[in-house]
Amino acid sequence: MYLQITKLHKHFSTKKGKLVVLKDINMSIEQGEFICTVGASGSGKSTLLRQIAGLDTPTTGDVKIDGVSVAGPGPDRGMVFQHYTLYPWMSVQGNVEFGLKLQGVPKRERRQKASYYLDVVGLTKFAQSLPKELSGGMKQRVAIARALTSEPKILLMDEPFGALDIHTKESMHSFILDLWERTNITIFMITHDVEEAVLLSNRIYALSSRPGTVSKEVSINLPERSHTIKRHSKFHDYRDELIDLLRGQGQEALAVA
Amino acid sequence: MRQNPGSVGARTSKTLRSTVFWRIGEDIPKPLNAGLIITSIALPLLLWWLVTTLGNVDPTFLPSPADVLQAFQRLWSTGDIQKDTVASLWRVGVGFLMAALFSIPVGVLMGSFPSIRALLEPLFGLMRYMPAPAFIPLLILYLGIGEEPKITLIFIGVFFFNSLMVMDTVKFVPKDLIEATYTLGGNRLQTLLQVIFPHVLPGIIDACRINLAAAWQLVIVSELIAATEGLGRRISVAGRFLKTDEIFVGLIVIGIFGLAFDLLFQYFLRVSCRWASQKR
Ligand SMILES: Nc1ncnc2c1ncn2[C@@H]1O[C@H](COP(=O)(O)OP(=O)(O)OP(=O)(O)O)[C@@H](O)[C@H]1O
Ligand SMILES: [Mg+2]
Repeated sequence: MYLQITKLHKHFSTKKGKLVVLKDINMSIEQGEFICTVGASGSGKSTLLRQIAGLDTPTTGDVKIDGVSVAGPGPDRGMVFQHYTLYPWMSVQGNVEFGLKLQGVPKRERRQKASYYLDVVGLTKFAQSLPKELSGGMKQRVAIARALTSEPKILLMDEPFGALDIHTKESMHSFILDLWERTNITIFMITHDVEEAVLLSNRIYALSSRPGTVSKEVSINLPERSHTIKRHSKFHDYRDELIDLLRGQGQEALAVA
Repeated sequence: MRQNPGSVGARTSKTLRSTVFWRIGEDIPKPLNAGLIITSIALPLLLWWLVTTLGNVDPTFLPSPADVLQAFQRLWSTGDIQKDTVASLWRVGVGFLMAALFSIPVGVLMGSFPSIRALLEPLFGLMRYMPAPAFIPLLILYLGIGEEPKITLIFIGVFFFNSLMVMDTVKFVPKDLIEATYTLGGNRLQTLLQVIFPHVLPGIIDACRINLAAAWQLVIVSELIAATEGLGRRISVAGRFLKTDEIFVGLIVIGIFGLAFDLLFQYFLRVSCRWASQKR
């Protein structure tokens, strides 16, 4: 088992008292899997990802990577945030290199690696641009390249394509599937877009709301992974099952909020 | 359903009318911009000239532009105004640079670490409200009447303000950016030096620009105490002998140097932090 989450609970102390956000989360993820976690807004998806990244510590329970408990953030888990987090004063190249620079990799080597990953995300032409000169989809691709240059064992992504239009999103889907197939990297991605999850992942965890807990685990077996699969009846079955599951959740969440 | 007969008219009257002069936050045409800038300087000058030539004003009350120019030439030929300017510039330079040198790291540390902030903010907050000129008697007592009390006065007046202003700029560093750095393998020192510092650099330059103006005010105040030269000294001596034209010379020289430094800082900000400008 590569990524193992056992009996993870997380609550925050707020002015209104204890807010239980995650309750008894258990997940086992193998090397090379593409996992999506879906859930309504506010169900605790980002909170869960932060525990895996080591940016926050669980109240109880733990997260293990390769059998070692996560104690803090590190470059072995590449992270792509929900909001754009490029360094605005660095060029695209500078952003992509930055992880290696922090890790003390010599200049020549990090130039090479950054160029390689910029090519992977198709942004070689924009290497010298500043982030503010890029579109949203391009920014997210830079963020992905930045996470990849450290050659992490697992890529954590928090709704990376949430803010993109349908066409950009589709090309990002092809891009990320291609990347996954070529590199055999483990991907743990969060989304509230059920179709996206069914299309991309080989396993889906559905998170219920308030408190967030795994309400269903679905393995996806589709004959192919491309946008044409969306017309396949099996695709619809998976999608409808998950949408029905989340529909109840969303209303509950609204009623509580 | 009730029909609203005036609906069409109401809609047209509600669309935002176009304007040139009253555009909010947008560029105005270059010629208009230049015209307004020139007016801003030329109009007061013209008024001054009109009042002193047409009106029957006592020159010891308000000298004419020509009187002031003459006074400037007089002070220039004796070398007095140069000496005064250099003396004041030197005090501002040393006092301000020392204050900036200490307040920038202190401010960044206070903004980044709540622990350091808790340790220093109460004291700094208190010191900020003590007007620097109120320290003059103490400074004379401790440091005499040489250059030290003057430079220390500028230091005190700038250091606390600048620290707190730099601290505030750190608030605007997005938490995500700091966390992204951790996930890329950065440690806290690297995050401080390579992420927080570059992110707040434009804010630091701006804070320094604003506090340099404070340093100018303080140098003038400090020279009123005991000084043999300096622009503040020149003004107070001129006041004592009713040489109003020399007061004007002093004021204008101070203004010009202040403005020049301000523009220098703005230029520095523009070239060093191209990423921070609003325009694409
Ligand atoms: N540091 C915190 N302190 C208090 N409450 C928090 C904190 N972080 C998150 N929460 C609460 O936890 C809940 C889940 O937040 P989270 O950001 O994980 O949701 P999400 O599933 O990622 O939602 P979205 O899809 O909108 O991004 C929310 O109700 C939020 O208010
Ligand atoms: Mg979220």
